[in-house]
Amino acid sequence: MLDYSSLSMVINFKYDIHKACIKIISDHLEEMELSHSFNGLGEIKINKSISEEEFESLRNKLIPYGISIINSQKESLVQKIKDVIVEMIYLEEKLPISKTSTYLAEKLNLSYGYLSNLFSEETFSTIENFIILQKIERAKELLISGDYNLTEIAYKLNYSSVAHLSNQFKKTTGLTPSSFQRIISRRKANKQLEQP
Amino acid sequence: MAQDQIHVLLADDDEDDRLFFSDAIHQLNLNTVVHAVEDGEELMNWLRKEGNPRPHVVFLDLNMPKKGGIECLEEIKKCPHLKELSVAIYSTSSSQKDIEDSFVLGANIYIKKPNDFNVLKKAMGKVISMNWQFCTSGLNKESFILNV
Repeated sequence: MLDYSSLSMVINFKYDIHKACIKIISDHLEEMELSHSFNGLGEIKINKSISEEEFESLRNKLIPYGISIINSQKESLVQKIKDVIVEMIYLEEKLPISKTSTYLAEKLNLSYGYLSNLFSEETFSTIENFIILQKIERAKELLISGDYNLTEIAYKLNYSSVAHLSNQFKKTTGLTPSSFQRIISRRKANKQLEQP
Repeated sequence: MAQDQIHVLLADDDEDDRLFFSDAIHQLNLNTVVHAVEDGEELMNWLRKEGNPRPHVVFLDLNMPKKGGIECLEEIKKCPHLKELSVAIYSTSSSQKDIEDSFVLGANIYIKKPNDFNVLKKAMGKVISMNWQFCTSGLNKESFILNV
């Protein structure tokens, strides 16, 4: 008879980070008996004012999940810019065709010039670079999932051609998409060797 | 620029290389603090010592006395407290095999030591800024691979 307890298995997960975070925060607020509503873009309205201790306890409870409470106005706006970009790249089935500068300005109701200056001041990067980085990250994720080929990824992420995506991938990571894939699958094989 | 300090830890046995590296980083004006050690053993002690700031990125020379860069990389990636650190291999080797093997063992960044100061400065700028994004924007560190 086969002894199942001695076998190991691999489970592949697919997750929606956005949903997961909302659920975590919501659970914690409910546990603290704080009624609340989500305003979208990481903003949550709590229907009463809470004490300093409650605030600190909420902050500490969320740290292990990598969720932090934002303090300054500027920091909060930078985070909103990032969220809009990430949402645009990850949640839309296909990227919107309109220019991202227009898209951001409309979503946040502020001029793109202002947003772009603030972003450069507060982070070590620019909005343009951040978008490229996120698109390449998304491309990596799609490549790792194994469900899409490079042509499909280029289409999904609005690149004019596969060559354009390949070039930007190479420029951003220093690697071609195929050597990236090879490294990731060798890493996986390596990890499986280590585990008995 | 944001007020946050960026901590960088470098392990390299060559004094000139250490100076070259610190100069390049400081000239970028990114509010970076460079801590330097001379070999792999000293590096691991530094990382394990309580009270030392947690570096945002660790740079490892491949060939060092006592403990080499690859050994340190493997040790860091096996340690539950350290495995989340971004690790950069900083080496004179540009062999495709060295590059790929470092990434397979878990390195996030591979930098071929350039001879030209301005090339180094540019490379450091790219590394620091991209690493910062990975540290602060909740990006997936496991797929963070950068070859400069």
